[in-house]
Amino acid sequence: MKRTATTAASAVKSLAFSVAFGALALAGAVSAQAADGVKIGILNDQSGVYADYGGKWSVEAAKMAIEDFGGSVLGQKVELVSADHQNKPDIGSNIARQWYDVDGVDMITELTTSSVALAVQELSKEKKKIDIVVGAATSRITGDACQPYGFHWAFDTRALAVGTGGALAKSGGDTWFFLTADYAFGYQLEEDTTKLVKQEGGKVLGSVRHPLNTTDFSSFLLQAQASGAKVVGLANAGLDTTNSVKQAAEFGITAGGQKLAGLLMTLAEVHGLGLKAAQGLVLTEGYYWDNDDKSREFGERFFKRTGRMPSMIHAGTYSAVLSYLKAVKAANSKDTEKVAAKLKELPVDDAFAQNGKVLANGRMVHDMYLFEVKKPEESKKPWDYYKKLATIPGDKAFFTAAESGCPLTK
Amino acid sequence: MTTIFGVPTAALYGQLLIGLINGSFYALLSLGLAVIFGMLHVINFAHGALYMLGAFTAWLALTKLGINYWAALVLAPIAVALLGVVIERTTLKRLAGLDPLYGLLLTFGLSLVIEGMFRHWYGSSGQPYSPPPQLQGGVNLGFMFLPIYRGWVVVASVVVCFATWFIIERTRLGAYLRAATENPALVQAFGINVPLLVTLTYAGGVALAGFAGVLAAPIYQVSPLMGSNLIIVVFAVVVVGGMGSIMGAIVTGYMLGVLEGLTKVYYPQASAIVIFVVMAIVLLVRPAGLFGRGE
Repeated sequence: MKRTATTAASAVKSLAFSVAFGALALAGAVSAQAADGVKIGILNDQSGVYADYGGKWSVEAAKMAIEDFGGSVLGQKVELVSADHQNKPDIGSNIARQWYDVDGVDMITELTTSSVALAVQELSKEKKKIDIVVGAATSRITGDACQPYGFHWAFDTRALAVGTGGALAKSGGDTWFFLTADYAFGYQLEEDTTKLVKQEGGKVLGSVRHPLNTTDFSSFLLQAQASGAKVVGLANAGLDTTNSVKQAAEFGITAGGQKLAGLLMTLAEVHGLGLKAAQGLVLTEGYYWDNDDKSREFGERFFKRTGRMPSMIHAGTYSAVLSYLKAVKAANSKDTEKVAAKLKELPVDDAFAQNGKVLANGRMVHDMYLFEVKKPEESKKPWDYYKKLATIPGDKAFFTAAESGCPLTK
Repeated sequence: MTTIFGVPTAALYGQLLIGLINGSFYALLSLGLAVIFGMLHVINFAHGALYMLGAFTAWLALTKLGINYWAALVLAPIAVALLGVVIERTTLKRLAGLDPLYGLLLTFGLSLVIEGMFRHWYGSSGQPYSPPPQLQGGVNLGFMFLPIYRGWVVVASVVVCFATWFIIERTRLGAYLRAATENPALVQAFGINVPLLVTLTYAGGVALAGFAGVLAAPIYQVSPLMGSNLIIVVFAVVVVGGMGSIMGAIVTGYMLGVLEGLTKVYYPQASAIVIFVVMAIVLLVRPAGLFGRGE
């Protein structure tokens, strides 16, 4: 009896041992697989002047895309990492380098702030990695600074110029003065808009460059006022735009008959200003939550998670992450070359863009919309801010691959 | 049209006035810092965060409790001062007598905590706050359109700056304060409650920041970042004026505001750094600052 008991005990022991060992082995397998998983990085400004423009809300949008896709691709878990680049190109490219080299990140997206986006684009080229720029505006990303695995998703300075600039120039705004953010993005937006204004027979009377993250615009606004230009073009973004619009009203710029053109404004800035201050502004966005059933469905889901409606940056990040995962699945590999080829081949059709297509230079072309901000009495419900003035077809809004000046497509 | 260096004089007057308005904020904030440094030898890095708190208190009072601007102009500085009392009694007091670096690190940490909390709760875009109905609109001065509210800011700040200077330099309370800075033990021996005096000074200094915050609310968005945008410039103002010099802080505040305004006309790109260039030059030529007394 005693002997059997001992054997039974040792059997139990060895069973326990093998189970434990098996579990360990299994755990080992899982973590090895996790290292192999697909890793996506959101790199943007999460604490500064652009924190509401993109910020942590973009991270939430990326999470939604991963959940909607099912959380895994090719049998591997999809992981999301995010970091704050503080609008500094050096910090941004250091984080990106660490992500690519050490942490095994496969793709970096969002990339608000043109100067940082250009730096990361350069690094991605060197490391042969995919980056999908959503939040940065400069058309150089798919122009002279393009790279074979770089993409530009939501909008660019060219589309904004065609939309807002074109519309105002056509409706009699033939003299312009620019308030320009003093870095890559501002220059490009001013340049692209100037081209459009001149095409329409207009003139640019002058411009003034202000440092990024300026709180007081009164001096610049007085110069704009003194210029006598019919349109004051705000080639800035985020809090800089909100402050300029607010202070322009204070100094009687709009009351004096000059028109303000917020060249890059999103729902986040309009919300920050309030309808009273923002009413009547004309702006260009690639997405509005109350546009159609698809956009409403996404907008309302986003609202439930964050308490705010998404702008084109947030919806664009959702679309970029979703499209990347679709491309990985279609390529049946996460090899950069293959996925990039698939991204350029597959149509884009989701809550953000319908009939979207990706050009050879990496530009995602889709319809843009010209909106006017509603008057307070026209707004029927919370976040009911825009009325649509026009749809700008993708082909008109963006440069063609040949026009873009991208060396890859010449 | 008459021009000065290619800029029409009318535009120049406009810019000078704008400079004066910005200078009002620099003066109010640097005055608070100078008072605190002069009496406590604490480099109060939390000043920007407390300025932001002043603005947020006004905004919260208006949206949640319906308290109007004029009441907030009194209540918000008191609220900020009360928080100042808590900060001084619970933390800063323990650092008295140590290297000022400890106070700097502590207050810097506090400002990160306060700003981080507000950023978490309210995002960074900022909340709109309208000027009171009495001060809306503007007047055409001929050479520029002056929003009435901005004119009010200059007046309010000049009055408060003068009152603070008067209290410290010309009253009995001010005399106690200055004496307590020179020799706390002796003043204590005369039966004056020095720790209470120190707490009150800190509370008074940060109340000035809270007051500036309420003044700023209708001009800038009420945003968690509004303080950190300003604080570095304000420190430069204090250094140029001479650490701890009351009059220096006030005069330098207005002066550098005007200088910055002029830079925005002639070379806007440099407007963010001109104050620091001045600081570097002043430190080279007069290390104690323009109004400071050398050791």
